[in-house]
Amino acid sequence: MDLDTIRPSRRAFLAGTGLVIGLTLVGRQAGAALLQGVPQGAPGQQTDLNAFVRVAPDGTVTVLSKHLEMGQGPYTGLTTIVAEELDADWAQMRVAAAPADDDVYKNLAFGMQGTGGSTSIANSYEQLRKAGATAKAMLVAAAAEEWGVPAGEITVEKGRIRHQGSGKNAGFGDFAEKAARMEAPAEVQLKDPKDFVLIGKDRHKLDTDEKTTGKAIFTLDVLADDMLIAMVAHSAHFGATVKSFDDGEARRVPGVVDVKQVPQGIAVYAENTFAALKGRAALRIEWDLSKAETRSSGQIYEDYRAAMKGDSFEAANRGDVSQALTAEGITSMDTEIVFPFLAHAPMEPLDAVLMQREDGSIDCYNGSQFPGQDKAAIAEICGVDPSKVRINVQLAGGSFGRRAQFGSPYMREAAAVFKASGMKRPVKHMWTREDDIRGGFYRPIYVHSIRGAVDKDGNIAGWDHTIVGQSIMNKDELDETTVEGTADMPYAIDNLRVVAHQPKLGVPVLWWRSVGHTHTAFAVETFLDRLLEQAGKDPVEGRLALLKDSPRHIGVLKKVAEIADWGAPLAEGRQRGVAVHKSFDTHVAEIAEVSLGDGGLPKVHKVWCAVDCGVAVNPNIIHAQMEGGIGYGLGAILFDSIDLGDGGAVRQSNFNDYRSLRINEMPEVEVAIIQSNEAPTGVGEPGVPPIGPAVANAWRRLTGRPVQRLPLTSGLVA
Amino acid sequence: MVNFTLNGRETTFDGDPDTPLLWVIRDAERLTGTKYGCGIAQCGACTVHVDGMTARSCITPISALEGSSVTTIEAIDGPEAKAVQAAWQAIDVPQCGYCQSGQIMSAVSLLQFNPAPSDADIDGAMTGNICRCATYKRIRQAIHDAAKTLEG
Repeated sequence: MDLDTIRPSRRAFLAGTGLVIGLTLVGRQAGAALLQGVPQGAPGQQTDLNAFVRVAPDGTVTVLSKHLEMGQGPYTGLTTIVAEELDADWAQMRVAAAPADDDVYKNLAFGMQGTGGSTSIANSYEQLRKAGATAKAMLVAAAAEEWGVPAGEITVEKGRIRHQGSGKNAGFGDFAEKAARMEAPAEVQLKDPKDFVLIGKDRHKLDTDEKTTGKAIFTLDVLADDMLIAMVAHSAHFGATVKSFDDGEARRVPGVVDVKQVPQGIAVYAENTFAALKGRAALRIEWDLSKAETRSSGQIYEDYRAAMKGDSFEAANRGDVSQALTAEGITSMDTEIVFPFLAHAPMEPLDAVLMQREDGSIDCYNGSQFPGQDKAAIAEICGVDPSKVRINVQLAGGSFGRRAQFGSPYMREAAAVFKASGMKRPVKHMWTREDDIRGGFYRPIYVHSIRGAVDKDGNIAGWDHTIVGQSIMNKDELDETTVEGTADMPYAIDNLRVVAHQPKLGVPVLWWRSVGHTHTAFAVETFLDRLLEQAGKDPVEGRLALLKDSPRHIGVLKKVAEIADWGAPLAEGRQRGVAVHKSFDTHVAEIAEVSLGDGGLPKVHKVWCAVDCGVAVNPNIIHAQMEGGIGYGLGAILFDSIDLGDGGAVRQSNFNDYRSLRINEMPEVEVAIIQSNEAPTGVGEPGVPPIGPAVANAWRRLTGRPVQRLPLTSGLVA
Repeated sequence: MVNFTLNGRETTFDGDPDTPLLWVIRDAERLTGTKYGCGIAQCGACTVHVDGMTARSCITPISALEGSSVTTIEAIDGPEAKAVQAAWQAIDVPQCGYCQSGQIMSAVSLLQFNPAPSDADIDGAMTGNICRCATYKRIRQAIHDAAKTLEG
């Protein structure tokens, strides 16, 4: 029998009879070709001037991005920074994903290669300015030697190298090879920010055009010759394992090639996606729930309330909170705030393509947030040396934290699926939306309990804050992400205590766009608003009075009040709320204007936003990230909750019951950027934290009801 | 066997007749601009035009398309498409970009039927398209910009 000539229907038929199980995964054998996907680096002859700057003979400059492009704009931002110091013309700039290399391409904030924590621009700024300036110095040195003129007499502008005295001029491509042989200068002079030509101005994104024509390639679009589609049937319970399974029906689905058990569940391999879906649906699996998490969300909330009585980690304790909260003449206030699990739900669900080359090396194509970790995971599972694994980073269809997992559990699943297939044919492993919504790695459940008081003069006498939630970093000591934004709140409150309880739970959790700030900003900014109201103070003026030592908080708060014309009369039936919060070293203040909409649900009409992120590398992208962060955060606080039902199974499954904000729910957004010469800080996440409390504060003024349980619409009838 | 026209080309599909159009386009025809997002017509990432109307290809079985004409993002053309794509590019609508093929297919259809849509019209036509990056403000702006271009 000639395996090369077996067509899908023939394979499926044979698989169904059970005659050639194990052979069907072999396919047309070694050397399967990549048909569509972005391989490492840029095409064509290139000269590397350093690890980040690559020049083609025609003068095209390619910046190697150590950061994944998942929508927040690092491809454009990093390229802008290099081009600025290189004095390139923007039209000659391109970008490509750097290969996986935890040494050369490490995130200087992490110590390993990785994208997240709104660090892409912040950690790369000096590094890539130097990379650009160094490359320029080498091009100039090469030109000086070739022309026999002093380097100091050569100027570079808009991608042209010129010597005025001799009238000579050239492009970068003319000297790239010679420049690569020059010694890189140990020190380079970076520009004075006032001389920036590219940084600080609105600039189109390099990936916009291909994303409007359908040509942009994401992992799900990677195609290889003879490629299989694989899906894994997972348990609806976290921690469940396969007890037994019957794949008879699944194997009879035309196009299904094989079924294998992997540690994460049962993998179905098929010639096409629909066959994989049908095959997976036809599996009959009995799960062993003996080690599974079987508590419901409601039970977890109860358990967390009880946990407050146990041992805690102290994150802040200044003054004498107990005394302050029992003093005479104070008015005290309590609240509990309950935060549900949240799924990230990026538009592109998790996926990866794996294929083995004839030399035994493995190519992985994925939207990798931690390429070095992914490489190590694949090497370990597939049993090859890490040097034989290439991570070809693709554009990612969103992430919001979902693809950034230490130890790469998702890639372990993809690699296990590939390994179990025999690694003869390329395998595209994909998750469906249901897998995504039910797949865990959620923003944890948190329960906050806060007690505060206002004295007779209207001052905040004390603030006692308890937080219960899983440690995202799985720490046995205080996890900063449990308390960030609370213990370090910027307000001048003399008596402050913040404690945390970090119970273990059998539900995998992860950072979700803005991490701890997703809940701490909400708790602090809504409770502070209530205390200020109790004290009879204006929400903006009251905050400003408590922010004496935080000029950048003051800056954004004053700015947002100015652009929103805070204090001006509002239309009938509308109220406004404000919030200010620092996350990832970026300060953001937002004001939301809200009314009672259809069915008694909140309608957010407009959001004003002021952001201070230091040097604004590309205002266009900063605006976009504030707009997007507001929309992403708003959808979550209005609608979203992942709930474990009785028995512990996830209730939600898709966008029908895990709601996303839609265009008719998107408010108008107006953004102001604070002018600054401080080093740039991130913008991918910091737009998110203030929107929840800003809306909730407006909602409280509108309805008289503080928001103590999220999502805001839970309990409201539409 | 189903015969239909895909981007102006006569096409035959002889696989499972229940196969959703989305997977025929992506797997059999290897056109990957049309995206999978939910599989249940909730997100609009898979939006294509069938006989000139928007359709969610993830729930449209290929068996229903005998003799139909299907257009995907790869072949979208005409004044509305040009205006929409140019407007999208001019103000950098996409962030991650994954949903944008579907957004553009819906926006082009809207303008083909209604060359000067109001904000309410835009809500009506675009509510079925989710963007998790929440690029909605720019989507709305780009549709208005494209309408102005078409007006001349």
